[in-house]
Amino acid sequence: MAAATTIEAPNRRDFLFLATGAVGAVGVAALAWPFIDQMNPDASTLALSSIEVDIGAIPVGQIVTVKWRGGPVFVRHRTAKEIEEAQNVQLSELRDPQTDAQRVQKPEWLIVSGICTHLGCVPIGHEGKYEGWFCPCHGSMYDTSGRIRQGPAPLNLAVPEYKFLSDTKVKIG
Amino acid sequence: MIRFKTKALASAALAFAFAGGVALAQETAEQPKPPRETWSFGGMTGGFDKAQLQRGFQVYKEVCSSCHPMTIPFRTLSQPGGPEFTEDQVKALAASYQVTSPEPNEKGEIFKRPGTPADNFPRPDGYPNDQAAAATFGKAPPDMNLLAKARKYERGFPWFVFDALPGLQYQEMGADYIHAILNGYTHPDDLQWNLYYPGHKIAMPQPISDGAVEYKDGTPKTLDNYSKDIAAFLSWVAEPNLNERRRMGLGVMIFMFVLAGLLYFTKKRVWEKAH
Amino acid sequence: MSGPSTYVPKSAIGRWFESRLPVMGLMHSSFVSFPVPRNLNYMWTFGAILSFMLIAQIITGVVLAMHYIPSATEAFTSINDNIMRDVNYGWLIRYMHTNGASLFFLACYFHMLRGLYYGSYKAPRELLWIIGVVIYLLMVGTAFLGYVLPWGSMSFAGATVITSLVTAIPVVGVPIAHWLWGGFAIGGPTLTRFFSLHYLLPFVIAAMVGLHVWAVHVTGQNNPDGVEVQNAERDTVPFTPYATIKDLFAVAVWFILYAWLIFFIPNYLLDADNYNIANPLVTPAHVVPEWYLLPFYAILRAIPNKLMGVIALLASIVVLAFIPWLDRNPVKSAKYRPAYRLFFWVFVAICIGLGWIGSQEPNDTMSLVARILTAGYFGFFLVIMPVLSFTEKTKPVPVSIADAVLAKKPAAAA
Repeated sequence: MAAATTIEAPNRRDFLFLATGAVGAVGVAALAWPFIDQMNPDASTLALSSIEVDIGAIPVGQIVTVKWRGGPVFVRHRTAKEIEEAQNVQLSELRDPQTDAQRVQKPEWLIVSGICTHLGCVPIGHEGKYEGWFCPCHGSMYDTSGRIRQGPAPLNLAVPEYKFLSDTKVKIG
Repeated sequence: MIRFKTKALASAALAFAFAGGVALAQETAEQPKPPRETWSFGGMTGGFDKAQLQRGFQVYKEVCSSCHPMTIPFRTLSQPGGPEFTEDQVKALAASYQVTSPEPNEKGEIFKRPGTPADNFPRPDGYPNDQAAAATFGKAPPDMNLLAKARKYERGFPWFVFDALPGLQYQEMGADYIHAILNGYTHPDDLQWNLYYPGHKIAMPQPISDGAVEYKDGTPKTLDNYSKDIAAFLSWVAEPNLNERRRMGLGVMIFMFVLAGLLYFTKKRVWEKAH
Repeated sequence: MSGPSTYVPKSAIGRWFESRLPVMGLMHSSFVSFPVPRNLNYMWTFGAILSFMLIAQIITGVVLAMHYIPSATEAFTSINDNIMRDVNYGWLIRYMHTNGASLFFLACYFHMLRGLYYGSYKAPRELLWIIGVVIYLLMVGTAFLGYVLPWGSMSFAGATVITSLVTAIPVVGVPIAHWLWGGFAIGGPTLTRFFSLHYLLPFVIAAMVGLHVWAVHVTGQNNPDGVEVQNAERDTVPFTPYATIKDLFAVAVWFILYAWLIFFIPNYLLDADNYNIANPLVTPAHVVPEWYLLPFYAILRAIPNKLMGVIALLASIVVLAFIPWLDRNPVKSAKYRPAYRLFFWVFVAICIGLGWIGSQEPNDTMSLVARILTAGYFGFFLVIMPVLSFTEKTKPVPVSIADAVLAKKPAAAA
């Protein structure tokens, strides 16, 4: 083509072309962000990312399941026997060694995530050999401190961030 | 010949259009347009005035809220670009309302509990739905969550063209409408006659007058101030992201002018040898 | 003109791939080496702008569908409360989509008027033009379906008015309307099916755009002088970099307009009534479609008979498909057709006039003007075009594109 042969191919290092390309690339990247960020949790979801639980009405020995960030959290009012069992375990016996004191703020209240660390099922309370929790999916057993003792799960039940606002009120998250 | 006919046709069409415009103007002579006020959130760089929104919220809470629902979450009152109450203020405010829990309690009962910032403002007491409100007022008071965007008035040619142009743009019609309605009760013997309401017969009797709300910041307690503050507040309620939108828009505009300029010169460079 | 590709990949992997699936060669011959008439003006950048708008609408639409709930009870709040208030940048994406529809139509009208002015519908581009008319019809359908989704009071009124057009059909009209609605009026079932179809149609448009682009690559582009390319070396320049950079610049300018709408006057083109939730028992005081459908709405209202009005409405778009055979003048470009050029601008004025009347409340004066303008609209296609085909005294047309370019710039050396 005559036009093509009489024109030198644009010099790629030409500053103008480089600048235009760079500014264009910045624009595309900036435009992409809203389209990525829109999939993140929205304001209404974030507003529910912490909850306040009234624990005053939970009798000793009971487990109450509350919904937090779309999943279950167990609030367990432990009996003296359960506390004693949890505290007297040797760390060497544990797959994921943690003392009971590391897992609770007040010994009578155990607050753990209700998601089995194996594959995400919800374990059943007061069941299994250790009378903590038993996961019906693959038989993982947790003790009264929510620590994994037997079965395929690798880790203890997670302890969410929480704070006692008063003797009867806990803020989770 | 052809040219003559075309011109005749065009001028005939123009004459008809003009006649129509005049007829329309005469029809609407008794229906004045809401006066255009100056708003802090108008123009290209304008944004909401925090203090004005806080006063506007006070007017909503003490006056409007007894009849009008406003379905927005309490938490938005503390978000940037709004009245920006503190989170503790919003928490206390939310707790002062009783809201119906979306999920039943362990006994399966629907129950009421103090609100949290994540909850929506509950509907006015006594009017659990629009039907109940309509039964009382004859017409359900509209939800105020989008009111400022849901109200406009005809500007007519050529104003509607100018309203789109940079520097002249006019997006605050809703605020002007609300402000005008609140100032439009000009027949003292008929509390449901409004100068600016289309057809003048309005279901809402005059809701507010001088001195009705006790402002804490020393702003004069006049109807004009109340109606400006509530109009500004409702504009924010309808468009809570306006400040962010304007800020982002200015950045995008500057960027696009730079990019378009660069592309123009690149285009010239590429084409200079082709001609 | 775009014959078999001469593209040879540089790398061995490229050659291996190309001999099995010549995608790169197709792209190369379509968007790199494709010969572009060198006399194109900026009216020829609307193809690129439209492609950009289609992509923008599809991306923003897919994203909005992640948050939108197509149900009569939740559609309105999912947009106005969830997307506009809570979703990260939801307000931005929603305003991009609604204003994008308007700009899509605006660009489309420039593109269509360009074709009408420069005779781009004439042989050998009749099929290219007809595919374009089909795309336009699909766009109207998609825009209408999309307008219903926010479930505002104008959505509801618009859906009612437009679907009720079928009731003009004798005997089967009402059963067809019930079939469209999935009920005895617009309601929840209507909304969900409209959502489904609104998601489907853009992809049909994209496929038709593929055919449209294919067709233009077979015949080559028309140009402001309306003379076909005779010598590719003298008359054309390669698509890349020449057309590419010009299109990119035009898209950037268009984006400034787009950004102005989105960020500064996002509700200017929207109907305030659509921020009120749909109420089957109340119709808004002043039912109007979006601006881009106003001329057709005016034609519908201009005819006092229901069935004839619907027929006129359809005919006003369908007539476009027949203009390659209504205008038989061998000269393509209006540049060399003074009478046609004059009538073209009158036609543009008629369309704008119809649009304005479509936005006004109907009264006797308006109806009369609407009827005159409707007659003018059809007269342009059915009378002016055929008559000018044979009677118009055209100006001399340049021999080639290169001659036309040189005539404009005598000092420049090609």
